[in-house]
Amino acid sequence: MSGARRMKLAPYLFISPFFLGYAVFFVYPVLRSLYLSFFEQQGVRSQPRFVGFENYLQLLSDGLFLKALLNTTYYAAGSVFVIVPAALGLALLLTARGLHGREFFRLFFFAPYFTSGVVIAIIFSIVFSRDYGLINNYLLAPLGLPKVEWLRNPVAIMPAIILVGLWHYLGVNALYFLVGLQNIPPELKEAAVIDGAGSWQLFRYVTLPLLRPILIFVVTIAIIGSYNLFAEPAVLLGAEGGPNNAGLFMTMYLYLVGFRFLDFGYASAIGYALALIIIALTLLQLRLMGVFREE
Amino acid sequence: MIDARTGSKARLTAIVRWAQWRRSIRLLLIHLVLLAGVVLTGAPYLYTITGSFKENSEIFSLPLRFWPQEPTLTNYQRLLSGSEIPFLRQMGNSAVVAVAQTALTLLVVSMVGWGFAKYEFAGKRVLFLALLATLTIPFQVTLVPLFLLMLRLRWVDTYWAIVLPGAVNAFGVFFMRQAMLAVPRDLLDAARIDGASEWGLFWRIGLPLSRGALSVMGLLIFVSSWNDYLWPLIVLRTQQKFTYPLGLATLVGLYKVEYGMILAGAFLASLPVIALFVAGRNQLLQNLTIGSIRG
Repeated sequence: MSGARRMKLAPYLFISPFFLGYAVFFVYPVLRSLYLSFFEQQGVRSQPRFVGFENYLQLLSDGLFLKALLNTTYYAAGSVFVIVPAALGLALLLTARGLHGREFFRLFFFAPYFTSGVVIAIIFSIVFSRDYGLINNYLLAPLGLPKVEWLRNPVAIMPAIILVGLWHYLGVNALYFLVGLQNIPPELKEAAVIDGAGSWQLFRYVTLPLLRPILIFVVTIAIIGSYNLFAEPAVLLGAEGGPNNAGLFMTMYLYLVGFRFLDFGYASAIGYALALIIIALTLLQLRLMGVFREE
Repeated sequence: MIDARTGSKARLTAIVRWAQWRRSIRLLLIHLVLLAGVVLTGAPYLYTITGSFKENSEIFSLPLRFWPQEPTLTNYQRLLSGSEIPFLRQMGNSAVVAVAQTALTLLVVSMVGWGFAKYEFAGKRVLFLALLATLTIPFQVTLVPLFLLMLRLRWVDTYWAIVLPGAVNAFGVFFMRQAMLAVPRDLLDAARIDGASEWGLFWRIGLPLSRGALSVMGLLIFVSSWNDYLWPLIVLRTQQKFTYPLGLATLVGLYKVEYGMILAGAFLASLPVIALFVAGRNQLLQNLTIGSIRG
């Protein structure tokens, strides 16, 4: 084969296996899901019946869907306003000059990121147990505080799940921030210090603005991650999300509707609603962070 | 004159000393906060491990004891005997799936990455944008139609249903493309003149020069496959075919009182990940953020 023809053909051969899979396992399901969302189909064998936008309208009055949406948004707010700031704080501590064991700390806090969701649920079911749990016995009891029913009291369930998220994702987010902090030129900080900036001013007017790209990235994956959450709440609380469905998340509801009730049309509509919410939230967040502002 | 000078010098040393003292107090506080974080992060894990060597009667007795009174292997014996679930087999299943997933995905994504990094071809921009789109559409959208497709292909309860769709990993493509951009063009041209085939360039030059990125990507794929719960839960049906997260979740559902055994399973399932994490920690910390932030 001639060199020129070879160079023309080769890239297509390299990319074709992937794009074949991409067409079959991604493009087709995405389109099929949109189609299904306009039909009613109960079970594998039943005939689909066209219902137009009925599935989508039904979502608006579906108590469980709205509950799952509320819960998931609660968790997303927790991860953006609790987990992300905590991770930034941790990253700042880890850059302190003269710190001993920096490598150890970095690795240690990062390690939980690799733990399976099911294993995390198992670990945290003994952390949250009312009578034999670590929090109630080792943290609350010494302070004279009463025992909390972390997984049975609907009010306590979401804070408990956010705590699980904090444990799982603190270190990896801190790692992202660390990369950003390392990329800040030291001269900038020195200049600010010479101009008389205190440590808060240094953080507020030098560090934080320069961290913006990383912050945007971390907040985006925190939001997406919230809507993907499944294994931890499903194993900790059961598929329905525990008492009063207080721990029912969006992906759990999709699983229930699609794979327990086999209501494929409605589950597809939930999937699309979920996609729209994630995209809207991401765009809103990018807007708030000023990504679209002309500079 | 002389007195005044020594006086100001003394004042200066006092100020310097005070500043040094303040700094070391601050540093001490930072260490204490980080150590407290280590204890809070590590305690649940450690308690899981110590708990797996306790009799159930000890796990559920007050006051809580962190270390087992009479260490026992009963939990491990019962778990591995397979009387409740075929746990060893399920760990083996997970290993087969994760290894196959890692090998296949690495091959497929590095081929596409190579195609995008080293060739110009018609449609390159469009295809790359199509890949970008994959990252904005959440996977939940595809769950129902993908399951229906697996039913039609008769792949339900087989590992094809997990491994093949799993290889369509857009993030992996970005990551590998980013790494492969660094392979020098001159080297490839020289090898072409020496008669190397395009596949040979990829296999003998591209892959070896991207070893760092390949090992990090491989580790991430392996761990996420090893830990995956939702999709295997949807497509696997029989205990004998289950991966370990499904097995552990059934244990949690069925035998809430047999907690020691569940903890033993959680610990055993985490061992391979811990080993990989320890072995690949430096590579990971250096490369984890490449694809996500600069990409």
